[in-house]
Amino acid sequence: MMNPITDQKPIMLRVIEKKIESPEFATLFFEYAIPFKPGQFVMVWIPGIDEKPYTISYHSKNQFAITIEAKGLFSKKAITLDKGDLVGIRGPFGNGFEIQSKKHVGVVAGGCGMAPLATLAEQLDKNTTFIHGARTKDYILYPDRFDIDRQFCTDDGSFGHKGFVTDILEKEIASGKLFDMIYACGPEIMMYTVFKICEKHQIPCQISLERYMRCGFGVCGACVCGKQIVCKDGPVFNSAVLRDMKDFNTKALLKSGKDVDLSLYFSWRCK
Amino acid sequence: MTIQFLGKTLKNPMVLASGILGNSKDILERVHEQGCGLVTMKSIGPEPRDGHKNPTVIDLGHGMINAVGLPSPGHLNMENEWKDLEKRDFPLIASVYGGSVSEYQRVAKFVSTKKPDFIEINISCPNSEKHGMIFGVNPQSSHEVVSAVKKVINVPLIVKLTPQALDIGQIAKICEDAGADAICAINTVGPGMVIDIESKRPVLAFKKGGLSGPMIKPVAVRCIFDIYKAVNIPIIGLGGVTTGEDAIELIMAGASLVGIGSAVRYRGIDVFGKVVKEMETWLKAHSLSIEEIKGAAHKEAL
Repeated sequence: MMNPITDQKPIMLRVIEKKIESPEFATLFFEYAIPFKPGQFVMVWIPGIDEKPYTISYHSKNQFAITIEAKGLFSKKAITLDKGDLVGIRGPFGNGFEIQSKKHVGVVAGGCGMAPLATLAEQLDKNTTFIHGARTKDYILYPDRFDIDRQFCTDDGSFGHKGFVTDILEKEIASGKLFDMIYACGPEIMMYTVFKICEKHQIPCQISLERYMRCGFGVCGACVCGKQIVCKDGPVFNSAVLRDMKDFNTKALLKSGKDVDLSLYFSWRCK
Repeated sequence: MTIQFLGKTLKNPMVLASGILGNSKDILERVHEQGCGLVTMKSIGPEPRDGHKNPTVIDLGHGMINAVGLPSPGHLNMENEWKDLEKRDFPLIASVYGGSVSEYQRVAKFVSTKKPDFIEINISCPNSEKHGMIFGVNPQSSHEVVSAVKKVINVPLIVKLTPQALDIGQIAKICEDAGADAICAINTVGPGMVIDIESKRPVLAFKKGGLSGPMIKPVAVRCIFDIYKAVNIPIIGLGGVTTGEDAIELIMAGASLVGIGSAVRYRGIDVFGKVVKEMETWLKAHSLSIEEIKGAAHKEAL
């Protein structure tokens, strides 16, 4: 008998489908009814390799998926997995986004930060303001996936506007658009800028943070950020919490527990 | 539920176990605010160390198995943390490990200058071949480490013991004779192993790991009982405490303070305050004080 997915031991699932999203991203689908809220994540174990957190990027009654960007040792292995391969799943973990219904919201996605926002965007109204940026065209994740119109931008202008998502957000606000909530995920400097813009205009926001993780359920302390435990209290944090989070956009812990500047942390994470 | 411990006043007898949420001043402060009388930093080692690959911590429902593997920035690479901790307003245990007697001594001597309220030496971690438990299962090396460290520090010394010792009471007595001011028991049990039968692989990357949580509580109670019989110094009892009644049980075995680790998983970071409240309720219902129940299980007849 198969165990139900719990947040306890990993349950082994076979990849049922692999989708190449772009030259930089692939999605692995699993058949399993996992309880879920947009923004939550699972710990993905490749036996003999490692175990890492991945957001759930597609979700339906009987299936879910994770989307991988090949950038580190683990993800370069994960992206080679294919139909029939076995991986261990623990979770879901974390809090997920609080969804504000029947209000005008904005979604701001940068790079692979699109993944946790994808299942959220599927639940939002068509009139949502959806801003999506990446380094280049190849890093635009799910270009054709949603009903909501998106404003695209890239750092090099290879797709959509040339520039940053935060420029577009400022323009939208300046043009008189009123937001009841902004959801954002992407590079931490981008999320910090979104947060600052939101603070300036008194718009509540929710952003999803990333830190190195071990347990996934708030005991080991590897992912602490200020007084918050990212895997358990987050990964989604709202404006009120962000205001007091002194390590936001400044510090993160390496695997050893050493606190370092974010730039050093992210260069280590991409190794 | 104020309590005196080695010359310090604690707001209650709850202790945060080493290795749980001990990574920064901010998170230690939050644990203190959530009702914990005394918090312990993650074990500090002589050199930078990453610990093991994931999976490192797995919940088994009735407890956890972990082989995090003693990650540490290394005692000389924690300047920001020491600086933050200087301004703390809560009592602190700094936990220390090494791979030799001289490493324990070197790290402890340095850490002592950073003025934690107590230093705990971890001679009991099962998740590294070279560190920790290898010292704590052997009477002679336990004595050597404790006496070497005691000579070079200026704060009270707590020694954390492993239930894998053949006679934990004997080891505790040897530590007391070597100058320990308190005993902390127990570290995780085992090591154990969990194999995933689909992939035919041990789930932990390190394969073996220490067991904690409710499943080990009877082992903790027995160890504390044995240590209490053997020594006169106070005991920080821990192992599987999830509720106030669990804490009462460890105190009856002989603990002066009670540690919590895995229960953060089962009841949240505010478990400390919850357990204190449950202890108070139990004590009130039985018209007893902590002093009256300490070691009560050692009485031969009611």
